[in-house]
Amino acid sequence: MALYSEKVMDHFTNPRNVGKIEDANGVGEVGNAKCGDIMKIYLKIENGVIADVKFNTFGCGSAIASSSMATELIKGKPISEALELTNKAVAEALDGLPAHKMHCSVLAEEAIRAAIKDYYDKNGIAYDKADFPDPNDEEEHFTEED
Amino acid sequence: MKTIYVDNAATTAMSDSAVKAMIPYLKEVYGNPSSLHSAGQAAKEALDAAREKIARCLNCEPREIYFTSGGSEADNQAIRSAAVNGARKGKKHIVSTAFEHHAVLHVLKKLEKEGFDVTYLDVHSDGLVTAEEVEAAIRPDTALVTVMYANNEVGTIQPVREIGEVCKKHGVIFHTDAVQAAGHIPVDVRADNIDMLSLSAHKFHGPKGAGALYCRRGIPLNTFIEGGAQERGRRAGTENIGGAAAMAQALEDACANMAANAEKESALRDRLIDGLLKIPHSKLNGDRKKRLPNNVNICFEGIEGEGLLLHLDARGICASSGSACTSGSLDPSHVLLALGLPHEVAHGSLRLSLSEYNTEEDVNAILKAVPEVVAYLRNMSPVWEDLETGKKQHLI
Repeated sequence: MALYSEKVMDHFTNPRNVGKIEDANGVGEVGNAKCGDIMKIYLKIENGVIADVKFNTFGCGSAIASSSMATELIKGKPISEALELTNKAVAEALDGLPAHKMHCSVLAEEAIRAAIKDYYDKNGIAYDKADFPDPNDEEEHFTEED
Repeated sequence: MKTIYVDNAATTAMSDSAVKAMIPYLKEVYGNPSSLHSAGQAAKEALDAAREKIARCLNCEPREIYFTSGGSEADNQAIRSAAVNGARKGKKHIVSTAFEHHAVLHVLKKLEKEGFDVTYLDVHSDGLVTAEEVEAAIRPDTALVTVMYANNEVGTIQPVREIGEVCKKHGVIFHTDAVQAAGHIPVDVRADNIDMLSLSAHKFHGPKGAGALYCRRGIPLNTFIEGGAQERGRRAGTENIGGAAAMAQALEDACANMAANAEKESALRDRLIDGLLKIPHSKLNGDRKKRLPNNVNICFEGIEGEGLLLHLDARGICASSGSACTSGSLDPSHVLLALGLPHEVAHGSLRLSLSEYNTEEDVNAILKAVPEVVAYLRNMSPVWEDLETGKKQHLI
């Protein structure tokens, strides 16, 4: 079997929502170049809805595919739904990721949360800090699935 | 779509002559060389002939060649044997380098846990050690020096002959992993003062699953795989006759055509290096001159190697990378890190390893594809953006 599912290869080869949003009102960047993955998500939020979303990613095939899929899954959705997006949902939507690549989907979840947190901060919207731990502080953002 | 295979340091296609050499031992001459009957003796003759051919290529005696399953087994057996026999005389120190193949490094790490002391020499930014550095590391209790002949990732060729002289002078056993060198550059175990050498058939158009360990007469060699009395009691298991015959044929061909192949490959290599270094913020890894004729290893800042490989594969180009994602860990290649490359740069490495089957057209296609893919990946890379906007400093 190939390393990646057809869906991963599709999202890697033809990534959706690549780029930047110049007037983004929420930007989140997670990951570490030393570890080989950095994901940056740009959000344009209007009336509590993700009106537009773009990403820039430095990373492997699954990191790019996870970014692409995650942006598709939250585009047009209310913030509350975007916050419920889990790494597992991203991986499942991609028809699975190899176990040692699951951290890429975690990055996608974290990058979206970081961008929403940035939006809250910029707009003085109150939130529970416990809901937004700094992913860059974590030693290991690796979840072994199987 | 035509496949452009430039991953010959990983493995090669078998040559027609090697396949031809192998076929008779799969069905016609199927005897067990340990059997007394004629079918067995026919197989034994083939094995002897293969041993003789390989010995001629390396300039040693046939009885100094032990067939193994490949380079990794040969490395394991040589190092374990030298270590155990050294320890019997109270010698429990080994000298090696930081960028050996894992078949060497992992054995050394295990030996460290068992009480051996290992000095890992720095390979510097050019990917080379010197004989002086080896000599300075040798101690009265040094049992073994193991330094690879040529590195598998960056292709640098070590001063093996000089290291061999130093080892001889100090009475220390010298082993070299010549898996990338044998069949590609001249290897002469006598002239190079080599006591033990590992090689693998599938790196020079021979079959996978066949390799050899050269061990100089008089150097004790312990049995690694216990069982029968094959390989003069040093390696049990019914011999891989077809593999040995094909390996011998492939090595003989490689040695006969070595100069012509090296000339062809190094011309292609140099075109690739010159062409790819035109990409801004790229860097050749390993010394430019003292490198294998078939090796190109270049880092491109701001991108990650796996993405590059997948896009190249989509265009029919099979290459490799030392990025973490291709190693299955979070760390990029230990070889590139040993050369002092920062992690973030090492992630963006591309290795192209040629064979004589590659053509000018292959090089043209690579020189068209790589700059396009690098530019595409950089365009979506937040790291590249930070470098270009001055938020971060370029490292290369």
